[in-house]
Amino acid sequence: MIGAITAGLFSAGVAPVTNSYESIATNTLSSTQSSITFSSIPSTYKHLQVRLISKADAAGNGYSLIVSANSDTTVANYRSHYLEGNGSSASAGTYQSEGGAYFVGGSTGAGTDANWFGATIFDILDYTNTNKNKTFRALTAHDRNGAGNIHFSSAVWLNTGAINSLTFSLAGANMVAKTQFALYGIKG
Amino acid sequence: MPAGSTYTPIATTTLASQSSVTFSSIPSTYTDLIIVINGVSVANQPANFRVGNGSVDTGTNYSRTGLSGNGSSASSYRGSSENFFYTDNASAANGAAVSITNFQNYSNTTTYKTFLNRNNDPGNNVRAIVGLWRSTAAINTISATFGATLTGGTATLYGIAAA
Repeated sequence: MIGAITAGLFSAGVAPVTNSYESIATNTLSSTQSSITFSSIPSTYKHLQVRLISKADAAGNGYSLIVSANSDTTVANYRSHYLEGNGSSASAGTYQSEGGAYFVGGSTGAGTDANWFGATIFDILDYTNTNKNKTFRALTAHDRNGAGNIHFSSAVWLNTGAINSLTFSLAGANMVAKTQFALYGIKG
Repeated sequence: MPAGSTYTPIATTTLASQSSVTFSSIPSTYTDLIIVINGVSVANQPANFRVGNGSVDTGTNYSRTGLSGNGSSASSYRGSSENFFYTDNASAANGAAVSITNFQNYSNTTTYKTFLNRNNDPGNNVRAIVGLWRSTAAINTISATFGATLTGGTATLYGIAAA
């Protein structure tokens, strides 16, 4: 038995999940880096999910994540939109100037406590389908106990090629140690 | 080496006349945790979380930033130095509400803990909330407190492992 649960039982009605959501690779930074890449991504899944915590080495906060597919950094090949909550109001916007899918504001920076990291979960749907452009969608956020923001973002890679690599960087900053990216494959 | 198949159910509770649920002795072997709550009985009730190591932290060490849509407008709000990670929409009278909360890197002892919550009740609103627990302690206990006594629906804890 794995642990003791105060309330709740190992339910006989919940079958173990097998082989439908798999961990592909994880990268935890031990030092500051400008980017990380997952390469040779298997083509055997239906969708991909990336889960990360991140922090920038530059002053300020709210650094945005840039995700490029297959080393393509052509600005015209990406378009991103977002819905933002900043703690007082909601707003929306768009980006097409970053050479990758642009997920706004998920990383804390050097302007915050060293232990404060932002979080992002994003999905790439139908990543191997060669009949369509690729859609990314993300939830990115950080809270700083009196400041912070949260974003829904979506992006398109205007390319029908199957995705076999993803490169991550922060706009205008590097990623510090303890930043972690975890890549998962979802079967369908 | 890849962890292989993950997103593992750790424990589940069928809500039966209870105003809270606690998951304790949570294994440290996963990277992230997810709690999914789909309550029945009472509309628009929140799931407010506390976390901790051994026992939950009842201090004012939680904060949040939220984004909400109610069908006619979008808004954002904030809470600072609170004694819960407050969310919403964990229960609806017809069971239509769903609350999903991600506890990122819950077992590390080097960063504060960030939570990502999405919750929705089609009859009320849709929300996304980021929360922060200002502690570097590993989490092995999580409690969810509801705004009312719920009967019906489930609360399930999942673990997601990284390679």
